[in-house]
Amino acid sequence: MAVLVVADNDNAHLRDSTHKTVTAALAFGGDVDLLVMGAGAQAVADAAAKIEGVRKVLLADSADLGHGVAEAQAATVEGLMGGYDAVLIPATSGGKNYAPRIAAKLDVAPITDVIEVVSADTFVRPIYAGNALETVQSSDAKKVLTVRPTAFKAAGEGGSASVESASAGANGSGTTFVSEEMVKSDRPELAAAKIVVSGGRAMGSAEEFSKVIEPLADKLGAAVGASRAAVDAGYAPNDYQVGQTGKVVAPALYIAVGISGAIQHLAGMKDSKVIVAINKDADAPIFQVADYGIVGDYKTVVPELMAALG
Amino acid sequence: MKVLVPVKRVIDYNVKARVKADQTGVDLANVKMSMNPFCEIAVEEAVRLKEKGVATEVVIVSIGPQQAQETIRTALAMGGDRGILIQSDTDVEPLAVAKLLKAVVDEEKPDLVVMGKQAIDGDNAAVGQMLSALLGWPQATFASKVEVAGGKATVTREVDGGLQVLDVPTPAIVTADLRLNEPRYASLPNIMKAKKKEIAMKAVADYGVDTAPRLKVLKVTEPPKRSAGIKVENAAELVTKLKTEAGVL
Repeated sequence: MAVLVVADNDNAHLRDSTHKTVTAALAFGGDVDLLVMGAGAQAVADAAAKIEGVRKVLLADSADLGHGVAEAQAATVEGLMGGYDAVLIPATSGGKNYAPRIAAKLDVAPITDVIEVVSADTFVRPIYAGNALETVQSSDAKKVLTVRPTAFKAAGEGGSASVESASAGANGSGTTFVSEEMVKSDRPELAAAKIVVSGGRAMGSAEEFSKVIEPLADKLGAAVGASRAAVDAGYAPNDYQVGQTGKVVAPALYIAVGISGAIQHLAGMKDSKVIVAINKDADAPIFQVADYGIVGDYKTVVPELMAALG
Repeated sequence: MKVLVPVKRVIDYNVKARVKADQTGVDLANVKMSMNPFCEIAVEEAVRLKEKGVATEVVIVSIGPQQAQETIRTALAMGGDRGILIQSDTDVEPLAVAKLLKAVVDEEKPDLVVMGKQAIDGDNAAVGQMLSALLGWPQATFASKVEVAGGKATVTREVDGGLQVLDVPTPAIVTADLRLNEPRYASLPNIMKAKKKEIAMKAVADYGVDTAPRLKVLKVTEPPKRSAGIKVENAAELVTKLKTEAGVL
């Protein structure tokens, strides 16, 4: 049995979600190869070759693959699936975009957001915003999975796999990349951060959000998150959103400031190791999942917290 | 142009899903059902395209039980022109849904399919991409802005780290993200008018699509419960606890 893992990268850097997906792939008990898709992504392939447990790295390098166009990405993976029993793709917005295309082309049911590999054909995945866990057994000959990175430990470094080139699939659909606008941030990446500080609707304005949440995050070396309410109200950019429809995080410490704790928000953070809630409403649902809660106005609690952190 | 909008009847997003004691699934008996929130956004976008004079007809399609008619009626009350219900009393997996929708697209020949990015029950976020792959049409998923003109759609997409803009030639598949628009409420007169709009009743068998499940659900369980936490009095106490008790600082 051989399984393929598709690396999450931005043409220059390999992302941590790749290491976590490799761990999920190793649970299949077969050989694990890694596919790097990108444009000018040799450095990513070299970094990928160091992941422990990887047999070989395939590098598909083409201009078509540089901007995450799903048609070209799916065609690339599909072209390789003759040699693999399963493909595992990190459940990032990029992975979610092309993985189902591969499944449809192979005529198999995709298994999305897998949080546990029970065996080579049986998997656990959350449904209903994480309010239930479904164990499914696939009858398809080939499996197409997206893997929730936060549910797996990162595979270690220290491997020395060989790097081979693989042919890139054609776009073929007429989709063209126009532009992109990335949020610039020096803080750790939200999905991979050890500590996350999130703000909610209680902030009241974008200015208040950056005045309260960002200094606290910077003091802790944390990433900044936000509830859907805060994003919808324009207090924070949309890629800060933690929840069913945003990012799923599982940091060591999650600090929720002025967040009530709606179902859709909890789906994105309830697997955090330690949850702290600061909210003036003692009945807010967030307190049902928080390990430590302070009932009080964030306007007084957060400055005190900053002072206590020294 | 003709726009096709697939919609799904799901558990209302405010309801907390409860797992059945025998672990066979989630208990949906006597639970409030509604249109999937992302489907509402898709319907709204299609209706706005019609209001702008871009779309000429908005066709709503749903696959589900008899009661999914209500979901179609809601979409018709929002501004859809007519509906198609493909009746199925069993759950249809995303792959089969995509195949059924392909059959509908082959029949209806829309210029654009606008649908939600994911349903809040299965949380798969897969049908739009699969439909696109089966049709060989371009896809633009997780859309937060759509402009249709001159045989193409310019779509702003929500991606990790920011936004991406793609041009896709029509016909194409667009899946709606939360921030694409704010869906309207159907007015009472429009709800009354929607009752007169046509809904074509179909069966899965009419399309010759194999809907046999590929995934066997072995069990559905509750996620592990978090143990009850404590309330602390002040920030200083919190920092001490985080340092000594929890060891996360």
